[in-house]
Amino acid sequence: MYIHAGEIEDLVRDLCIKAVTDLPGDVAVALLAASRRETSALGREILGALLKNAEFAKETRTPLCQDTGLTYVFLEIGRDVRIEGDIKEAVTRGVARGYTEGYLRKSVVRDPLFHRENTEDNTPPVIHIDIVPGSEVSVTVLPKGTGSENMSAVKMLTPSAGPQGVMDFVLETVRQGAPNACPPMVVGVGVGGMMDTASFLAKKALLRPVGDSNRDPEIASMEKKLLAAINNLGIGPGGFGGITTALAVHIETYPTHIGALPVAVNLQCHAARRASGILRGAERPCSQNQHSSR
Amino acid sequence: MTLNGAFWDGALRVSVPFTNGQPLTRLKAGSKVLLSGVVYTARDAAHKRIVEALDRGEKPPFELEGQVIYYAGPCPPPPGRVIGSLGPTTSGRMDAYAPRLCAAGLKGMIGKGKRSKVVVRAITKFGAVYFATIGGAGALLSQAVKKAEVVAYPDLGPEAVYRLEIADFPALVAIDPLGRDMYNRS
Repeated sequence: MYIHAGEIEDLVRDLCIKAVTDLPGDVAVALLAASRRETSALGREILGALLKNAEFAKETRTPLCQDTGLTYVFLEIGRDVRIEGDIKEAVTRGVARGYTEGYLRKSVVRDPLFHRENTEDNTPPVIHIDIVPGSEVSVTVLPKGTGSENMSAVKMLTPSAGPQGVMDFVLETVRQGAPNACPPMVVGVGVGGMMDTASFLAKKALLRPVGDSNRDPEIASMEKKLLAAINNLGIGPGGFGGITTALAVHIETYPTHIGALPVAVNLQCHAARRASGILRGAERPCSQNQHSSR
Repeated sequence: MTLNGAFWDGALRVSVPFTNGQPLTRLKAGSKVLLSGVVYTARDAAHKRIVEALDRGEKPPFELEGQVIYYAGPCPPPPGRVIGSLGPTTSGRMDAYAPRLCAAGLKGMIGKGKRSKVVVRAITKFGAVYFATIGGAGALLSQAVKKAEVVAYPDLGPEAVYRLEIADFPALVAIDPLGRDMYNRS
């Protein structure tokens, strides 16, 4: 089965714009439910403003938040698919077009250290590729703002810390970071593997629909306990007080070393933006000419 | 959709900048305000340049006396619009520069999130005020911007300094001139 790189470029372009202007339904539902539960009057007003913001953003195709992020693109490529063209180049071109044609903010600097010059098209994105069974390509775009990203943290715990040590670290990271991270947040937690595995899992946890529990009942119960503890901190919507500091806690795990217990916390703001699409392979290859004449 | 109606009920109307030299004692931590007038945007890179200019004894790109800085960098405006999405960025990243600007006359800051003790001390020393607005509500907040133009550092793109004319821009007094801090309620 064949998929032309140009189709991936077009899809990535569209998903960049959709992600930042169209708040996922599960996030909107969670905000609405929170606005009914919230005990602080100011908190309810903030949550109401966030829902209005989402409506206005969708109607007018204005980004929900001016920080349209560094673009994380997750690709799942079916092992029976043959990509015609360079997939990473296609994704990068899609991001550049999405951010330029969609009037999104370009927030990427070429060199983090000495030459912080804007690349002016929000490239390069961060690209993660997985090979999966099947003959489709699934693309998810997660534009991640730095307000919440900067408040994220990794810690190399050791086994004696146990589940309680993990919970304490998550809670402390939220206590320190939440007021700056545009609460109510989605809290992504990654546990296991190595340092980078835990960080990646924490990011991947943000792709789960808000409120979907981990399939493992012990982990699901830990998610519930953490959510209750976080909402007990009193930080509230916008950090101005209240019982809605997080909308969900999502934990993902991976096997780890006998001597290790790495944990990462990736905070996601209430503008928990993501958009996905699927491309199905064609029986025959499509030439570059055919694609560009579409 | 507008910001009018029941939204931000009971807010105090405040004109900016604060150029008449009057003390800002009516602004109390926790109060809702609707800001109208002129503010300037500046983020990390613009702050670095402004402070470097002050250090060299040069004039800043806009008069700091009584002025209000909005910590923000907009999305570009689509055709026919004044500005794209424009909400606050995290104020804490400007903590390294804020006391220097307060000493040079800056009276107000608009952003989101906590400030350091050093900034709270500068706010009380110079009788300034820190407003917090709604992070992540950039689409809605951009409606309060009536006019926008780049006045300095255009090479910084979204980090350029914009002069904004705002009307009924919703915010909260987060740290008042007496140092009372909404983010430190204990």
